[in-house]
Amino acid sequence: MSAIALEERPLNLAPDAPILRAQNVTKRYGFITGCEDVSFELFPGEVLGIVGESGSGKSTLLNCISGRLSPTAGNVEFATKKHGLTDLFDLSEADRRRVQREELGFVHQNPRDGLRMRVSAGANVAEPLMNLGNRHYGSMREDTITWLDRVELDLARIDDNPRNFSGGMQQRIQIARNLVHSPRLVFMDEPTGGLDVSVQARLLDLLRHLVRRSQLAVIVVTHDLAVARLLADRLMVMKDGHVVETGLTDQVLDDPQHAYTQLLVSAVLQI
Amino acid sequence: MTEHQTMSANAGPGLADYNFAYLDEQTKRMIRRAILKAIAVPGYQVPFGSREMPVPYGWGTGGIQITASLIGPNDTFKCIDQGADDTTNAVSIRHFFAKVGGVATTEHTGDATIIQSRHRIPEKPLVEGQIMVFQVPQPEPLRNLEARETETRAMHAYEEYGLQYVRLYENISTFGRIAATAGYPVMVDDRYVMSPSPIPKFDNPKLHNSPALHLFGAGREKRIYAVPPFTKVESLGFEDYPFEVQTWDEVCGLCGAKHTYMDEVVLDDDNNRMFVCSDSDYCADRRAQGHRGPHAGHELTEIAEDVSKNQEVMA
Repeated sequence: MSAIALEERPLNLAPDAPILRAQNVTKRYGFITGCEDVSFELFPGEVLGIVGESGSGKSTLLNCISGRLSPTAGNVEFATKKHGLTDLFDLSEADRRRVQREELGFVHQNPRDGLRMRVSAGANVAEPLMNLGNRHYGSMREDTITWLDRVELDLARIDDNPRNFSGGMQQRIQIARNLVHSPRLVFMDEPTGGLDVSVQARLLDLLRHLVRRSQLAVIVVTHDLAVARLLADRLMVMKDGHVVETGLTDQVLDDPQHAYTQLLVSAVLQI
Repeated sequence: MTEHQTMSANAGPGLADYNFAYLDEQTKRMIRRAILKAIAVPGYQVPFGSREMPVPYGWGTGGIQITASLIGPNDTFKCIDQGADDTTNAVSIRHFFAKVGGVATTEHTGDATIIQSRHRIPEKPLVEGQIMVFQVPQPEPLRNLEARETETRAMHAYEEYGLQYVRLYENISTFGRIAATAGYPVMVDDRYVMSPSPIPKFDNPKLHNSPALHLFGAGREKRIYAVPPFTKVESLGFEDYPFEVQTWDEVCGLCGAKHTYMDEVVLDDDNNRMFVCSDSDYCADRRAQGHRGPHAGHELTEIAEDVSKNQEVMA
């Protein structure tokens, strides 16, 4: 589970086979529509950005496609190691939890949701390894140190409690925690939300670096177009629960076709 | 104690309103069903309808309910608290069953058929036919780290026990070793991670392949679980930091025992202290056999012996 293993990790997938396929995913909360009729495919090593304003259904969609929220209609297929491309919601709860634990990662907007605030940073990062069945303290400690180093955290503070870290540091611990077990697909919900710009810039730089290095597939939800520009290969623009435009990031941002995307792009403040 | 209760407790069978050992028959049925299920699935926490008992939660309501539903007129009952027979809680619970069941009570591990305990498993090896009843404050070993009951139940159901190791990991990173001493989690029958209640980890190995039946009752949390006789019980550990029990450099000040679980007793203001067996019956037994420790004859020894005599008179 060291750095080298991560980089040479065989994907065991045909290069043109999707790792995630969503078909007509719809989620309704009573009469309110969270998201409607969303379909897309994601391939290994690809970063997909989902952008849109608050309330456009980004987080609902992310929860559905990560198997955390059962969609009202449609299906979400993930290329599991064990069963191949399988609908996440057809799996038994035990299998779905295993897939989420072993093959997926989820970075929450608020690090408090994704970290155990009562155990040390080191234990937070090591927990996914223990979930995978690692029972060797020394090797886990090494991996933890490797990853805390990679997310540029002060190693002297490895045994500090997350609540004693700043928001940006907590977010970096969360990212380390979600990458340490070599997942194949990581979901990120506003990973840089609530951080000041300089911390945000370093975090983005780090994320881009890690993603490129490990050939990881990522779905990142953000309302910040600059974040999308930096991280994402492809973009999906959402409004009122619908996908209104998709395309390569540069294409969507430089030549927006849909009226709403045009509004979104033009609304970005310039310095 | 009203006249009526005294009567019913001491009366023989035949009275219509007679209920042996405090609990009504329906409640005993319910608890026995839970116990049977717990025995059938070793280490699994079976919910049960815990009743109000005449002691507060935290004083052993779970253990008392299990004992009350199991005990019969021919049983001999022993109750220990911190290993000692003569502490307040142990004496009270022993009196309680002597009163409501008219059962024989004892301080001798070998004579007892049911032993209720909070913190210890007696040093004298248990034998087939004996039942240990534990009073459990918190049955869920994962609770410190995961507050949601739905989530911990799912973790048990799907054997997701990575989280349990987080606690041990924290211990090693903080203290350089697994410093947890009591309530040390065990894996029962290769399936369920279980909290052995607050017994010291010194006693964990005694659960493994024990010929006795071990029942755990949590009154406030409304859970019963069990380790049936001759069941594999393994204390958790890391490959490079395996499970270890505590050891003491000192011997028991009264009986000279070397391999028992010791309590440290401060003797005076000059930093003099002695270590004594926490299992008072075992220590007394050894002294009766003529073993003597370095503090034998100390005035505290005599006090301890007086107290224990007084207790016997009262019982």
